[in-house]
Amino acid sequence: MPDLGLEVLFKGKNAVRLLGGLWIALRISLISVLISIPLGILLGALMTWKNPVMRAILRVYLEFIRIMPQLVLLFLVYFGTTRAFGWDLSGEVASVIVFSLWGTAEMSDLVRGALQSIPVHQYESAAALGMNRVQTYLYIIIPQTIRRLIPLSINLITRMIKTTSLILMIGVVEVLKVAQQIIEANRMASPNAAFGIYLTVFILYFLACWPISLLAKYLEKRWK
Amino acid sequence: MSFVEVQHLQKIYPSQSGENTALSDVSFSIEKGRIFGIIGLSGAGKSTLVRCINLLEKPTDGHVIVDGKDLMALSERELRKVRQNIGMIFQHFNLLQQRNVLDNVCFPLEVAGVKKREARRRAMEYLEAVGLAEKAKAYPVQLSGGQQQRVAIARVLAAEPKLLLCDEATSALDPQTTGSILSLLREINRQYEITMIIITHEMRVIQETCHEVAVLEHGQIAEMGTVTEIFDHPKTEAARRLIYQ
Repeated sequence: MPDLGLEVLFKGKNAVRLLGGLWIALRISLISVLISIPLGILLGALMTWKNPVMRAILRVYLEFIRIMPQLVLLFLVYFGTTRAFGWDLSGEVASVIVFSLWGTAEMSDLVRGALQSIPVHQYESAAALGMNRVQTYLYIIIPQTIRRLIPLSINLITRMIKTTSLILMIGVVEVLKVAQQIIEANRMASPNAAFGIYLTVFILYFLACWPISLLAKYLEKRWK
Repeated sequence: MSFVEVQHLQKIYPSQSGENTALSDVSFSIEKGRIFGIIGLSGAGKSTLVRCINLLEKPTDGHVIVDGKDLMALSERELRKVRQNIGMIFQHFNLLQQRNVLDNVCFPLEVAGVKKREARRRAMEYLEAVGLAEKAKAYPVQLSGGQQQRVAIARVLAAEPKLLLCDEATSALDPQTTGSILSLLREINRQYEITMIIITHEMRVIQETCHEVAVLEHGQIAEMGTVTEIFDHPKTEAARRLIYQ
């Protein structure tokens, strides 16, 4: 077995610090998810409206957020708001703002897609059975939309968790930053620690995301 | 008065280059208990016509009178009530995938406020009628296309409609299954005396089921009469094209 410098993990509180870093990453992504999902559903429903002004605004928002690399968005919110408005946002708050903006945009597009993928004959069939608008949505459209949406939105959640690795660039000490600090501090004593610590980080991300994608797979199968 | 009266029906869709006439001056009447076929090539306006009969599409002009009621004059609420008496089956069977066959058939009854027990009893009765009683606990994915269409037919029958609209009901099925669905429709027509309107592009469907037929071309009725008449002496080019296709 090659030397991975894993002993560094057990020095002092290093393992606990890594877990703490992971918690920060997870907390930011979970808060953002809780904000993005309801907002995304709302915007996604609005996108299917025929109002051209509304559609144009939402389209611009979606494209802007999608085209921008997340890192640029983070810099824009963290440094840009300070420069433009003199706000002193903490790195975590800036991250939550960026991730919510991004998550809302992505989620709204998923919702729009799911709503539009319900074929017209589903609405017609419901009307032909004498159902009113509320019944049509309640019994026919929404259940089918949710079924299509859950695997997609769970996938979005794992993407958000993984993308939090960028927030170390605006000074948030999350799991990857903690890993770098540990490696730096032990550069002389255990020069191979980079392998072991990054391996640990990899495993941590995996443990955070894997159950979520298992859940997605399970739901997809169950609701086929 | 006939059971179904369609008078001077017109449907115009607004389009970028002015107006697009889907139906113009379509009139016909159907006696109670008859099977009326509407045949035409794609784009002739068949689907629009059948959707105008239960007002899924609102006609631009004209009257649709079913069982003595002018549907154009009804409120949304009254219209929904009437629609429960007008069954419709589609090319896509539109079954709920998460519910088993029995629950699918019960579904519109529950929505209409029928008691669960009564709904189940009726559902089983009509599943029996379409020959699928033993599949009551199966899910739609476990059934073939023909069986799914049978479930859709049982579902529509369970609401005990007086008029049944079939929009290309057999177009997604193979010839053999088509045959069995058609004989089921004939059987239902005899047994329950339900008036039917069948939309199709296949001459065979008309031949095997209908009493009267209208040939639709470019949104207008080119020719209309009993099936034998049209088959033996087609007067128009449109009818000839469809018969000798």
